[in-house]
Amino acid sequence: MPINYYIFLAIILFCIGVTGVLTRRNAIIIFMCIELMLNSVNLLLVAFSKMHHARALAAGAANTTAGIEAQLFVFFIMVVAAAEVAVGLAIIVMMYRNTHSVDINFLNRLKN
Amino acid sequence: MSNLSQLAWLVPIFPLIGFLINGLGRNYLSKTLVGIIGSGALLLSFITSVLIFNKVSAGELLIGEAGVYFDFIKFGSFNIPFAFQIDQLTSIFLLVITGVGFLIHVYSTSYMHEETKAHFARYFAYLNLFVFSMLLLVMGANYVIMFIGWEGVGLCSYLLIGYWFKNNDYTNAAKKAFVMNRIGDLGFLIAIFYLIQHFGTTTYIDIFSQAKTEGSSSLITIITLCLFVGAMGKSAQLPLYTWLPDAMAGPTPVSALIHAATMVTAGIYMIARSNVLYALAPSTMSLVAIVGLLTAVFAASIALKQNDIKKVLAYSTVSQLGYMFLGLGVGAFTGAVFHVMTHAFFKALLFLGAGSVIHAMHHQQDMRHYGGLKKYMPVTNITMLIGCLAIAGIPPFSGFFSKDEILIAAYAANPIYYVIGLFGALMTAFYMFRMYTMTFLGGFRGDHHHLPHESPKPMTFALVVLAILAAVAGFIGLPELFTHNPEGHKLANYLAPVFKDGEALLAKHAHPDHTTEWILLAVSVGLIVAVILWAVKTYKVYKLENDAEPQGFSKILANKWYVDEIYDAVIIKPILAIGDFFGKVIETKGIDKAVNGVGKAINFGSRKFRYLQSGNVGNYILIMIVAIIILVRILFYLPMS
Repeated sequence: MPINYYIFLAIILFCIGVTGVLTRRNAIIIFMCIELMLNSVNLLLVAFSKMHHARALAAGAANTTAGIEAQLFVFFIMVVAAAEVAVGLAIIVMMYRNTHSVDINFLNRLKN
Repeated sequence: MSNLSQLAWLVPIFPLIGFLINGLGRNYLSKTLVGIIGSGALLLSFITSVLIFNKVSAGELLIGEAGVYFDFIKFGSFNIPFAFQIDQLTSIFLLVITGVGFLIHVYSTSYMHEETKAHFARYFAYLNLFVFSMLLLVMGANYVIMFIGWEGVGLCSYLLIGYWFKNNDYTNAAKKAFVMNRIGDLGFLIAIFYLIQHFGTTTYIDIFSQAKTEGSSSLITIITLCLFVGAMGKSAQLPLYTWLPDAMAGPTPVSALIHAATMVTAGIYMIARSNVLYALAPSTMSLVAIVGLLTAVFAASIALKQNDIKKVLAYSTVSQLGYMFLGLGVGAFTGAVFHVMTHAFFKALLFLGAGSVIHAMHHQQDMRHYGGLKKYMPVTNITMLIGCLAIAGIPPFSGFFSKDEILIAAYAANPIYYVIGLFGALMTAFYMFRMYTMTFLGGFRGDHHHLPHESPKPMTFALVVLAILAAVAGFIGLPELFTHNPEGHKLANYLAPVFKDGEALLAKHAHPDHTTEWILLAVSVGLIVAVILWAVKTYKVYKLENDAEPQGFSKILANKWYVDEIYDAVIIKPILAIGDFFGKVIETKGIDKAVNGVGKAINFGSRKFRYLQSGNVGNYILIMIVAIIILVRILFYLPMS
C-alpha cells in the first residue's frame, strides 16, 4: 500500500483528536482524544519506518536495519503512554472525587 | 626636602586648622575664643611668611622637585604633583595676604560682634578657609594647584557675600558673583587643558622653559587669552566686572579682604606668574592693556556718581585693578605687583575705614546722610584721609609711586594709554575726595539723636597699622628718577629673578628720558591736586535738600551705564525665556507626553490582553493550535538556511 494512505489516516485521526480536545468538555473523552493523537503519530512512525526499510532493501542493502529505530520508538512511546494513562486517570479520579464532575470547564478557578 | 619646604606647608595649614576648629565648634566655642583662634591662625601664618621672606631674600628658593610633597594626580607618564613653589613673587604675596588678612581678622572680631555665637564662628571659619585657599593659589607650583585655590577663594567669596543669607538680595549678589566667576573659570580650565595637551605638564618652570625654547605660536596666544578670561572673571574686568560692586553685600571686612586686597588680585598674580607665556603673545598683551585701561576709566566714571560709600570703593577697586592690568599689558610686571601691594594696603584701609563709619552710623551706607564725621571719629578720619591721598596718587604716599610706575610704563608703550590712564587717575582723585568730603567734612546730616562715635580699639588698631603701611609702602619702589640709581627700586630688584625671562622676551620700549618723566609727574600731580581741591570745594557745601535727581549724562553714570540692565535684557532674559520654553513646551508637551504615553499604552494594552487569560483550557489549546499552524506555515515559506 502506498504511504499516502497511512499519512491520510494519521492526519484524519489526529484531526479527530484535536477536534475532540477542543470541543468536548468531558475530561475522559478529552483524554481519549489525546490518546488518539498520540497513536496517530505512532501510526505515522511505523509507516515511515516501514517505508524507509523497504527503500533500503530495494536499494540492494541485504541485511539493513534502516528505519528500525522508529519501531523501537513506537514501543517506547506506548510504554510511556501507558504510564501516562495511569497518571491521567488518577488525576481524573481525584478530580471527580473533589468536584463530583469530570467537566473541565468546571476547573477554571485559576481565572482571575 | 629642604628647610624651606618644611616651613612652607605651615603657612596654609594654620588657617585650615582654624577653619576646622571654628567651623566644627561653632556652637560650642565662645566668641572670644573664636576670635583668638581665627586671628591667631593668621598671626602664625604671618610669622611663618616673614621667616620664609627672610630665607627667600637670602637667596633660598623652593622650586621644582624640592617643592613636591606627594603625587596628586598620576596616570601613565603624566603626573601632577602636589607641590609648592616659593619664590620672590610668592613670598611678597604671602606677606600681603597673611599680613592684611591678620589685620582684617582683628578688625572683624570687633566689627562682627553683634552676630550670634554660631554665626560669628561661621564667619571666622569662612574667612580662614578663604585665606587657606588664597595661600594655596599663590603657593602652588603648577596651574592645577592654583586652580584649586582659585575655586576655593571663589567659593569663600560666595559664602561670605551671602553671609547674611536671610536677605534675598544678598544671596542673589552671591549667586551673581559665583556665576560670573564660573564664566572666567571656564577660560582658565580650557587654558589648563591646552597646556596639558601641548606641554604634557602643568608645572610652571617646565612650561616656561619649554615655551621659551619653542618661541611664540598661535597656541600660546590662545592659552594666554583663555587665562586672561579667567583673570577677567576673578579680577572683575570688563565685561565680567558687575559682580564686584554687588559683592559689597557681604560684611565690610570681607569686602576689604576678599573684594579689594587679595582675591581680586589673583588674576594679576596669575598673569604675572605666567609672564613668560604672555611675553610670547604680544597680541594678548595689548588686549590685556586695553581691557585694563577701559575698565579703569569706565569703573572710575561710574564711581563719580555713586552715593553708597561701599559702592564708591567697589568701583574704585575695579578701576585700580584695571590699572594693574594696564601695567601687565605694557610689560611693567613689577609695577603691577607693586600696585597690587600698595593697593592691598590702602584699599583695605579705605574699606575698613568705611566699615568703621558704617559701624558708627548704625549700618547707614548712604553718604548723603553722613557729613562732618571728622569731629566724632578722629582716628578714622585721619586714616581715611591717608588712604584717599594714597589712592589719589599724592606723593609721598604709596599709591603715587605704584600708579606712577604703571603710567610711565604705559607712556613708554603708547602715549595715548598715558593720557587715558591719567584721565582715569583724575577721576579717581575726584570721587575719592567726593567720598571723603561727603563723609567727614561739612555739617552732620544724620540723625542727631544717634550721634556717631569712634570705633573700638581692635578696629582702630587695624586702621592705624594699615594707614602707616599705606603711607610708607611706596618707598620700597622708588623710581630711578628720584634715586638716580638703577638699583634704587628695591621691589624691582627683589622680583627681578621672577620677571627676567618675561622681560627679556618683550620688545623693550624706550624709557622716557628724565625731563619727560619730570614733566609727566608734575602735570599729573598738579592736575590731581587741582581736582582734589575742586572736589572738596564742591562737596563741602553739600546739602541733602539741594540734591536734585541726576539728569542727562550724570544720570547714566548714577545708573552705572545701565550695564546691569543691558546684561539683564541681552543675556539673562533670553536665557530665562529659553528655559521657560524648554520647561513649559518641550518638557510638558514633548518629554512628559512621550513618557506618559508609553505608560498609558502599556496599561491600555494589558487591559485588553487580559481577556486572553480566560481560564478556559479549550481556549488555550485552540490558541496554541492556531499558533502552531501559523508557525508551520511561516516555516514553509522561510528559506531553510
